[in-house]
Amino acid sequence: MNPAVTLDRTSGRRVAAEPIASLTLRLTVNGEERVLQVEPWTTLLDLLRDKLDLTGTKKGCDHGQCGACTVLIDGRRINACLKLAVTLEGQEVTTIEGLGQPGNLHPLQAAFIEHDAFQCGYCTPGQICSAQGLINEGHARNRADVREQMSGNICRCGAYTNIADAVLEVLEQGKQP
Amino acid sequence: MTATTKIGIGTSLSRVDGAEKVTGKAKYAAEYNVPGLLYGVTVSARIAKGRITQLEENAARAVPGVVDIVSHLNRPKQAWLDHSWKDELGIPGEPFKAFHDDRILFAGQPIAVVIAETFEAARFAASLVEVAYEEEPHNIDFTASLAEKFTPSYFKRRNTYHPPKKRGDPDTAFANATLKLEAEYHLATEHHNPMEMHASTVEWHGDGSITVYDKIQGSQGDQAYLASAFGLGKKNVRVVNAYVGGGFGSGLRPQWQVQVAVMAAIHLERSVRVVMTRAQMFTHVHRPECTYSIRLGAEHTGKLSAMINDATTSTSRFENNMEDIVVWGMMNYDCPNASGEYTIAPRDTYTSADMRAPGAATGMTLFEIAIDEMAYKAKVDPLEFRLINYSEVDAMNETPFTSKALREAYREGADRFGWEKRSPQPRSMREGRELIGWGVATGMWDAQFSKTAARAVLTADGRLEVASATSDIGTGTYTVMTLVAADTLGLAPEQITARLGDSDLPTAPVEGGSWAAASTGAAVQLACQSIAKRLLKAAEKMEDKPLHGAKSIDDLVFADGAMALKSDPSRRVAITEVMTAAGLDRIEVEETASPGIGGMISMAQKSRNTHSAIFCEVRVDEELNQVRVTRVVSAVAAGRIINPKTARSQILGGVVMGIGMALHEETFADKALGRWMNHNYAEYHVPAHADIEDIDVIFVDEPDPEVTPLGVKGLGEIGIVGTAAAVANAIYHATGKRVRQLPVTIDKLLHP
Repeated sequence: MNPAVTLDRTSGRRVAAEPIASLTLRLTVNGEERVLQVEPWTTLLDLLRDKLDLTGTKKGCDHGQCGACTVLIDGRRINACLKLAVTLEGQEVTTIEGLGQPGNLHPLQAAFIEHDAFQCGYCTPGQICSAQGLINEGHARNRADVREQMSGNICRCGAYTNIADAVLEVLEQGKQP
Repeated sequence: MTATTKIGIGTSLSRVDGAEKVTGKAKYAAEYNVPGLLYGVTVSARIAKGRITQLEENAARAVPGVVDIVSHLNRPKQAWLDHSWKDELGIPGEPFKAFHDDRILFAGQPIAVVIAETFEAARFAASLVEVAYEEEPHNIDFTASLAEKFTPSYFKRRNTYHPPKKRGDPDTAFANATLKLEAEYHLATEHHNPMEMHASTVEWHGDGSITVYDKIQGSQGDQAYLASAFGLGKKNVRVVNAYVGGGFGSGLRPQWQVQVAVMAAIHLERSVRVVMTRAQMFTHVHRPECTYSIRLGAEHTGKLSAMINDATTSTSRFENNMEDIVVWGMMNYDCPNASGEYTIAPRDTYTSADMRAPGAATGMTLFEIAIDEMAYKAKVDPLEFRLINYSEVDAMNETPFTSKALREAYREGADRFGWEKRSPQPRSMREGRELIGWGVATGMWDAQFSKTAARAVLTADGRLEVASATSDIGTGTYTVMTLVAADTLGLAPEQITARLGDSDLPTAPVEGGSWAAASTGAAVQLACQSIAKRLLKAAEKMEDKPLHGAKSIDDLVFADGAMALKSDPSRRVAITEVMTAAGLDRIEVEETASPGIGGMISMAQKSRNTHSAIFCEVRVDEELNQVRVTRVVSAVAAGRIINPKTARSQILGGVVMGIGMALHEETFADKALGRWMNHNYAEYHVPAHADIEDIDVIFVDEPDPEVTPLGVKGLGEIGIVGTAAAVANAIYHATGKRVRQLPVTIDKLLHP
């Protein structure tokens, strides 16, 4: 593989070299097997948004600080902006689009609507994926746990109390699909 | 026959755009899949002031996939006159024009955009652009900038600025006062930080026209701005902002990413997307830093005798951003002697601008800390102190309010909170290792109304579409439009489609100032009433005259998809039946809601405001000084509530941002480099889940048919005003430490 960058010894600056070779990546996205040609510098987040048109996964900071890009990999929640796509060979990615659709909502999606657990909606897919990850982890037992364990997902509109209500409802009813 | 299932104004309706948002279907500015799209990544200036002497692009251009680089050296034509760059906010000065010339006005200023076939290539290449600068001395330190503070002349003021009106003889009254308070208060610079980073996708159609999917709080102002700044002609620019991932004011002005994206598209005659990074979100608007000196005089009973205010807020070197800081206490409190001074201080940053409740969130909040201090001086309960000085009228403008149910808000809030159980002494309540404090504060904001148009289209199948170029930045406008239409025509919400966020739709202003619900709601109601009139006319022509005797739509009830006589509800006819009988495929109307002459007269004679009473409980770890806000009750008097469900959420959001103002939010200036230091979510703290415990919202009854056509006052801003004061006052009550600089961080409690 050709390196993308070489160091110019005179200036000390990085300079561009040859094109980056793409790698073949096999992974499952929302139940569908995909074979993709992916450059090694592409994050899972940019792969989803720019290449697969799955824009439900949001970019809020690109630095793993806000949680808007939370998706599930083999059922575990993860910040898609911090994951290089080529490291996901053979793994299973679930995004908000894979959880439920209008008319066939996931219990968390329905609870978010019922409790008005969002305003602008931008952090919402990440909150919902994160909540599913939290439920999968099985450590949260009460409201305080939910608040603590959802703290990686920022909501600037301040819908936190309603999000906690929605997540708790689904957690308590155990209504998993 | 009675209408038992009518859904309308006052019904708690889940957001009609909810399913789109929770499933990821809702498209935001950077998410429109445009064919042949190129990605632009912007290079930001590393210095705060000076000139670009050289742009070395070779390494960047050599990156495979890079298409071009646009900068001041090769940008397309821009309008020369500053007037052509005025946006809806109209801040006086010289508006910022990206790539205009080689001048650097603030750190992080966009100086070039690298455009590539992929985002990754553009991002990498942007890091390779080498820029040489000629630096000039700069200052972004607010304290240092105070040496240059000034009051702009009348013609260089924002037209929304209200100069304080002096009353009585405050200096003498203060000198003679039994109780005196003299203190300096401060609010840190804050950045809006909506979750969605500012982004623009410009679709190049190839015929000279463009569609701009933009993060903006008003599509038509943006359209006019882009058409004028880049000489495109309004008919060639369409702006779409169907979903906006938060704004809080950052999308009131078109920000630089849309300038850059449009210039790149024009230059290449291709579709281009430009998205700011989170760090770049700190290179445009922010809430101004504020220093506020307050002198209060009072009698031993707690009656205020003098209020002397003097505040300064920050602006840039190139525009005069101004806020109403010192007027709120002067309007809200009954005090015979009061005065206010206000200046702005320029520094080498981008221009500060409106952020949620601009002016009030700063001025009223800091003033409410001073009021709390005076209550303790007078040994009067802080709530009682506010009631002693309660003003039934706008005390500064000497005008009555169209309504003011603040007294009720105090009472209902106090009851819900359990205020009467409060122990008056600071440090007198505790549980375990935590000190407990209870604080109260008042909030106040404007109830505004802006000329807005709406279109309604009823089709033969009984479906209705209502449309307006207004926006929904998370505020619930889609749902408000649906509810008002359902209310007026008696249709089920499922039969109604609300459209907004498109400059092609009927004229509406930018969404801000809490006027959207009142204004868009009124326009939708007018349009639906106009449809109702057409339906009545059509029904009159029906053979069996089902509505015989109805002279106007006021004689009718619209419910369950039918219209019936008020006097005899058994005489009814389904709307679809009327359409069929009259052979109508569709009825289309457009109406404009504006204040009118009566409204104008009322506006001149009466003050129109929302009010709130905020009660707060904090628990402070006695050794660590960690503060938890465990309970907030926000009791709001805001006229008629269209949708209690989304209305409550707006207040919750305002309270959360108020807690951020109280405890977390602060942008730090690196005085040496002239940059913001903590330009990311890890170091610019906003409240997270763990910070937010129990928040209770009360809407007190406040019928007000005069304030706006629907009696609605608006809720986007009142939730934040005063909240940080309630928190700070509670911290004082818990700890006995008075902190006058927001946010109240642990270091300030450790070293008061």
